[in-house]
Amino acid sequence: MIDDAPVGLADAPARNINMIEAINDALDIMLSHDPTVVIMGEDVGYFGGVFRATAGLQEKHGKNRVFDTPISECGIIGAAVGMGAYGLRPVPEIQFADYIYPGIDQLISEAARLRYRSAGEYIAPMTVRSPFGGGIFGGQTHSQSPESLFTHVAGLKTVIPSTPYDAKGLLIAAIEDNDPVIFFEPKRIYNGPFSGYYDKPVEPWKNHADSRVPEGYYSIPLGKARTVREGDALTVLTYGTMVHVSEAVCREKGVDAEIIDLRTLVPLDIAAIEASVEKTGRCLIVHEATRTSGFGAELSALVTERCFYHLEAPVERVTGFDTPYPHSLEWAYFPGPVRIGEAIDSILKA
Amino acid sequence: MADEMSSGPGQAGHNRPALQFYVPEPKFRPGDTVDFSDLRISRPGEQARPDETCAPIDTQGLANDLIRVLGDDNAAHGPWDPKLGPETLRQMLRTMALTRAFDERMYRGQRQGKTSFYMKCTGEEATSVAAGMALAADDMVFPSYRQQGILIARGYPLVEMINQIYSNRGDKLKGRQLPIMYSSRAHSFFTISGNLATQTPQAVGWAMASAMRSDSRIAATWVGEGSTAEGDFHAACLFAAVYNAPVILNVVNNQWAISSFSGFAGGERATFAARGVGYGIASLRVDGNDALAVYAAEQWAANRARANGGPTVIEHFSYRAEGHSTSDDPSQYRSAQERNEWPLGDPITRLKDHLIHLGEWDEDRQQQLDLDCAEQVKAATKEAEKNGVLGHGMHHPFHTMFEDVFEELPWHLEEQAAQAIRERKIKWPQA
Repeated sequence: MIDDAPVGLADAPARNINMIEAINDALDIMLSHDPTVVIMGEDVGYFGGVFRATAGLQEKHGKNRVFDTPISECGIIGAAVGMGAYGLRPVPEIQFADYIYPGIDQLISEAARLRYRSAGEYIAPMTVRSPFGGGIFGGQTHSQSPESLFTHVAGLKTVIPSTPYDAKGLLIAAIEDNDPVIFFEPKRIYNGPFSGYYDKPVEPWKNHADSRVPEGYYSIPLGKARTVREGDALTVLTYGTMVHVSEAVCREKGVDAEIIDLRTLVPLDIAAIEASVEKTGRCLIVHEATRTSGFGAELSALVTERCFYHLEAPVERVTGFDTPYPHSLEWAYFPGPVRIGEAIDSILKA
Repeated sequence: MADEMSSGPGQAGHNRPALQFYVPEPKFRPGDTVDFSDLRISRPGEQARPDETCAPIDTQGLANDLIRVLGDDNAAHGPWDPKLGPETLRQMLRTMALTRAFDERMYRGQRQGKTSFYMKCTGEEATSVAAGMALAADDMVFPSYRQQGILIARGYPLVEMINQIYSNRGDKLKGRQLPIMYSSRAHSFFTISGNLATQTPQAVGWAMASAMRSDSRIAATWVGEGSTAEGDFHAACLFAAVYNAPVILNVVNNQWAISSFSGFAGGERATFAARGVGYGIASLRVDGNDALAVYAAEQWAANRARANGGPTVIEHFSYRAEGHSTSDDPSQYRSAQERNEWPLGDPITRLKDHLIHLGEWDEDRQQQLDLDCAEQVKAATKEAEKNGVLGHGMHHPFHTMFEDVFEELPWHLEEQAAQAIRERKIKWPQA
């Protein structure tokens, strides 16, 4: 679909940008390269999105390509399925992942099953972008992490970046993918990585190595994890904001952890997980989402089933509590350094 | 405060009149004598036909009336007469008769255990066949499960339909879908879903895409009156209106949603067409058993959409003559007399009588047509049965169950496919 040859990344001009800018760049590139790409959602057009992810795109690419929609998630996803059936490649935005539920029948019953039930006659090559996750005093309906609702659905891919570099490359790959992709953007780290210490000043992305983003087109294959840090003491499986929190905790504690940013939850990079756990013999799973039936349960089961004889300690999960996301007690709820630290101690002691 | 909250009717301090809860009830239940004489049926030919480019509000009268062409005298009346030639009328009659013959045989096939499930469209053939014939072959249709007439009108092979119903090795959908959930991209017929009304915003999205790409094709969708209660129908009307989408939203009001009469979809308060007007969409209400009125309304809406006049809602006022499905027994919830007393008659009989009135048809030819249709379906059934019937082992290979979940098979489906094939040797060692 992309006519020009991919840029040699090593030589490409690059700049330090934040995750919002990286997403905006990816959308701009895909709008420019593929005339079937269209962007739609609440406030994404003239205004450029409540998080500025689509800023300037309508002006540059026109209202036929980038436009505002009624406040109707069912309508947004439903129309996107129809556009996909026509032959477009829609990139609908759901303003907050907490508001994806009115569109969930269209995602689960339609987008996810279109290819299967029509034996490939119709497909839904759409990418649903949505900011997710907590850590911003968003309360119950601006903080949720509903990824396990989607990883449970056959036919959907779920992608979660944790750096500007990955956000751009993964979003381009998601848009090019011929299957429906749920693309959750951890809004806590839109403007800078987060250590988990809410009382420390926010560090901007420009000081972070992974904010160096090449200009032009590049993509990162879906289904491939990224080793954030190599180590021997234990394997940490995580994604999104929790990549940075986990990294900060391990650094602070001086633990030689191997941190794996899954990046894609479905399809999962099982080979990377197996290789790491077989090496370290210990595994910690970290996510913001609530614990029971969260994606961590699937990870824990897979590690136990496939790496059992290499394990030297029980697999542990550090997650949000099984409550709705609270407002005033956010930092008691958030799976921060104390909870992660305790779990690491427990695993290393075993 | 707490005491006040907990005080109920008749208790101290409560002197306001008691509220009454209202639950709609259909007029007739099993055993009742049916009398439809108070149903407001307008006279054929009396409804004005505004220009296709009229403002949506100018259709308000039509949304609350009933557009009719065929009269009791079997003649066509008024400005909505589409003035079709006799060959087109005969083609329409043949397609409706074939659809009915197909339904009859497939229903029997289900009773004989050749498949698990079937749904007839008896009495509603005009709402799919005549409407479908008013569209171009490459206009995209997003049907519900009761528009098999469109597929037949578009020349989709009966054998393919039956293969799908039997889930046999010839089934293009590889036995994955419940019978009658057809799909044919080659016939611009969208894949049918079991989830009601989901196709309506999809049709609007398709139409939006067609307009975004400066195409000339339009979309049409069909939904039952019961399913208009779904949020998706609201979203579809809203998006269609907001983006002036070139789409036709057909509502087949057959009075019944399984056992619930149309009152549970709000039909006691307003017509289903009137809802379209509320969204600023041109809306027509037609006699759904009058093939000429259905054709004319669909053609009007198609012309309007092609001229960038925007969407149209059409309510097809009809009657579901048979049970909801092979799993349903309508004698448990409605009077058996309703079907025969239905004041708008049978769509096939009315079109046949019109053709006879024109001197273009006769009862002998009708008898011959019915025989031919039955033969055609029988031959197709025999052909399809060579590919197997449900549960007789002539299905698609096991690994196809795992294909098309995604474009490519991920590792976990590879593993599960291997498991299914391993299990086959244990479950069916003779296979």
